[in-house]
Amino acid sequence: MDLISPSSGLIFWQLFGFLALLFILIKFAWKPMLAALEERESTIDNALKAAEQARNDMANLKAENEKLLAEARLERDTILKKAHDASAKMIEEAKVEAGKQGAQMIENAKAVIETEKKAALAEVKTQVATLTLEVTEKLLRKNLSDEKAQKDLVDGFVNELKLN
Amino acid sequence: MTRKFLALSLLISALLLSVSSAVFASGSETEESNESPTEFIMHHVKDSHEWHFFNIGHTHVTLPLPVITYAADRGLEFYMSSDFQNHDTHLFGEENAHNGIFIDSHEHLGRVDGGSIMDFSITKNVAMMFLVIGLVLWITLSAARHYKKNGAVSPKGAASIVEPIVIFVRDEIAEKAIGPKYKKFVPYLLTLFFFIWIGNLLGLMPGAANLTGNIAVTFTLAILTFILVNINGNKDYWKHVFATPGVPAPLLPIIVVVEFIGLFTKPFALMVRLFVAITAGHIVILAFIALVFIFESYAIGVVSTLMVTFINMIELLVATIQAYVFTLFTAMYIGGAVAEHAHDDHH
Repeated sequence: MDLISPSSGLIFWQLFGFLALLFILIKFAWKPMLAALEERESTIDNALKAAEQARNDMANLKAENEKLLAEARLERDTILKKAHDASAKMIEEAKVEAGKQGAQMIENAKAVIETEKKAALAEVKTQVATLTLEVTEKLLRKNLSDEKAQKDLVDGFVNELKLN
Repeated sequence: MTRKFLALSLLISALLLSVSSAVFASGSETEESNESPTEFIMHHVKDSHEWHFFNIGHTHVTLPLPVITYAADRGLEFYMSSDFQNHDTHLFGEENAHNGIFIDSHEHLGRVDGGSIMDFSITKNVAMMFLVIGLVLWITLSAARHYKKNGAVSPKGAASIVEPIVIFVRDEIAEKAIGPKYKKFVPYLLTLFFFIWIGNLLGLMPGAANLTGNIAVTFTLAILTFILVNINGNKDYWKHVFATPGVPAPLLPIIVVVEFIGLFTKPFALMVRLFVAITAGHIVILAFIALVFIFESYAIGVVSTLMVTFINMIELLVATIQAYVFTLFTAMYIGGAVAEHAHDDHH
């Protein structure tokens, strides 16, 4: 057994032993182990990616929520403003309408009053005329009941006619 | 604490050294040494037909190993290493021939009739290799079982030891050195890493065989890498070897020869690097231990033990580094063979 010249027997056994070891380990140790390692690494990778994805989704969701909220707020404001405007307009219109109607009513009342007044005046005039005629008749009846009075009257007329 | 301990040990050693040097000078003559330090070291570093653990007095505590021989005219034959030994000294030799076969003192197999015979024995290193393979199988299969049972979950038990190494080899060695086509080669690199690493570590155990520091073992691993690299070599790779781009035509024959030699120097470097790194480490440790038997002094014993502990710690590091380096260089050679590179930005 020399130190630096390889002995054929040991080479044979070493070759045999090492190749046997190699094939057994490849089949039963390295393949399952490397596969498991790779699987685990990819699982971890995927989990990290999924977490990242979830975080992004969350951020997107939040952003969307905020956007929706902002939109809703905007819409509410618009609706409120519209309602406010509409009510203001309605009040304004009602006011105008009321004013118009009041004016119309006053106008009508005035016209009625005028008519009534005219009618009353006409009545009064008729009454006065009737009263005057009655008074005059009574006076005439009283004054012309004697001869002298009748004569005076005729004289009076005659005088007047003279003047003309 | 450690520093105090070290300082104290050194002081004691210095003291003992001054006392014992005189004793050593007179006493060494009488001691009969049946093994020189070189033999002692080489015996531990080299392969053997028996697994020798230690001696108690004159009793050798050994594990006899199967001796398997093949000769064209005799066929396959099975013996035990103890058949070829002197039962008292446990030494092999031509005089202990059994059934016409002997193992000489250099542990080479021979036939009494001088015919050729091949040695397929389960030597100490082969037995060690089966131990290493068993341990690697046990560790990795129990890790794999975790994933089979529980699916792709976080690692527990053996899986938590194996998984970081698997991920390291896959991401830091294979993917970086080979490039996009790395997946196909990860199982080979992993097996290589675990075999060398566990082999290196077990080799440091007392009584263990120097498996990964044996040139036959590193040779086999390097040959496997060589085959894997070259059967996966793409057009660019072979073009780079036999028609190196950007080289003037007159220089091409020289470059092609150099490139062709380069194909073989790569696995050769792999083979030598691992062999030398591990064997050298063992030799250094054994040399420090041998010092104790040379000087037969308590002082040297304390210093040697400290040094051996220190070197052992370095060797733990070397065990891992060499496994990493062998795997990394294999990955780089594969990377060179499968890469589709534009040559202008490469060399």
